[in-house]
Amino acid sequence: MSSTYEHPRTFSAPLRYVPGAPMNTPGRSRQGLEGELAAAYLLGLADDALVYAQRLGEWVSRSPQVEEDMALGNVALDLIGQARRLYTRAGELDGTGRCEDDYAMLRDEREFRNVHLVEQPRGDFGREMVRMLWFATYQHELYTRLAASTDQTLAGIAAKAVKEAAYHVTHAATWVVRLGDGTTESHERAQLALWWVAPYVGELFTDDEISIAAADSGLGTLPSALLAPVRARIGAVLGEATLEPPAAPTWSSAGGRRGVHSEAMGYLLAELQHVARSHPGATW
Amino acid sequence: MSLMTISVVELAVRAIPDPEIPVITLDDLGMIRAVQVDEPGGEIVVRLTPTYSGCPAMEAIAAEIESVARRHGYIARVETVLSPPWSTDWVSTRGRMALRNFGIAPPAEVGHPRTTGPVDVGLAVRQVACPRCGSLDTEELAAFGSTACKALRRCRDCREPFDEFKPL
Repeated sequence: MSSTYEHPRTFSAPLRYVPGAPMNTPGRSRQGLEGELAAAYLLGLADDALVYAQRLGEWVSRSPQVEEDMALGNVALDLIGQARRLYTRAGELDGTGRCEDDYAMLRDEREFRNVHLVEQPRGDFGREMVRMLWFATYQHELYTRLAASTDQTLAGIAAKAVKEAAYHVTHAATWVVRLGDGTTESHERAQLALWWVAPYVGELFTDDEISIAAADSGLGTLPSALLAPVRARIGAVLGEATLEPPAAPTWSSAGGRRGVHSEAMGYLLAELQHVARSHPGATW
Repeated sequence: MSLMTISVVELAVRAIPDPEIPVITLDDLGMIRAVQVDEPGGEIVVRLTPTYSGCPAMEAIAAEIESVARRHGYIARVETVLSPPWSTDWVSTRGRMALRNFGIAPPAEVGHPRTTGPVDVGLAVRQVACPRCGSLDTEELAAFGSTACKALRRCRDCREPFDEFKPL
């Protein structure tokens, strides 16, 4: 075994776009900036999917029944598949030529653009089903619109993923109804889960410079426009589940889309990236 | 394209079995969108579409296509296409029969009524015939089965559990 430490591959051109920085930086072509903005938008979608897949994968061997080990593992697999294609497209758009593994395995915490919701450590099963209901319903509304993106590759990814998201929504909704309209214990836990998740969902529906640029160009869609339809669909599920929609939260998570994450994110990435970083360039 | 013009290598590639459900070919599964054979160049281009975004069998399938092509003296290039997205409507009638004979309930034929609304909890009633005894009195045990494309059901008549190819 070689004792020489080999530093992981690094990239000469990481994402250079900084929200709030002047758009007309000298020496940067307009086309280059548009490509970076488009890639940044896709990275938000991809990072949400990858990080949530990592959390869902943790349930394998920890679910209340073996069928749920399979189910959450399968949902995670769908999300990883979506993330892989989105990363690949981002690498084409931002001009860095990075591949899916470069994005997933060799970026640091501050370069990940996922919302705080998906990085939070898992709680009980009820909390996971409530989180999944929010995330899958959000994804379903999002991908429905992105299927009409002006970017043909993204439109294709979305048209494929929308059917997967619909299946995830059904699964989570079935469980939320079963838990909410179940025993006193399961009802209380599902209600607590709704309160727990409430401060984190706003971030999914917050517009920023990148999503506004994506919506303007026809590549993407405004996150804020998704809130009303998502809330209506979740409200219908909660009604059937005999659960109370939570009151407006007193605080809200923020910063995920700018790479500012909660404490849990570093630990999650350490586990996710450990093998790729310990064995740079390894193949099998 | 008439059958007469299909080359041997194309037939061989289309007849490759799915690695996870080996009773059905890639062609009958609807995963092969197009095959272009460049005879003088000795190259074959296969346009492949995944059943699910995260289908873990895609690498194995691509490797098998390359291997089969090589045995016929061709270099294969496998391209992944996503549009239009694959659905169970792409599974051929022959493929549905193969699945049923193997004990996997096939997806409903095109035009058959099936669930569409993702939030219609409890209202979604879908009839799936038991592949062993044909009874329609079956129930879902698990929405996610042993592969991304299957769910697990049970027949209330013959009491046997069985896989269902999920309608998508």
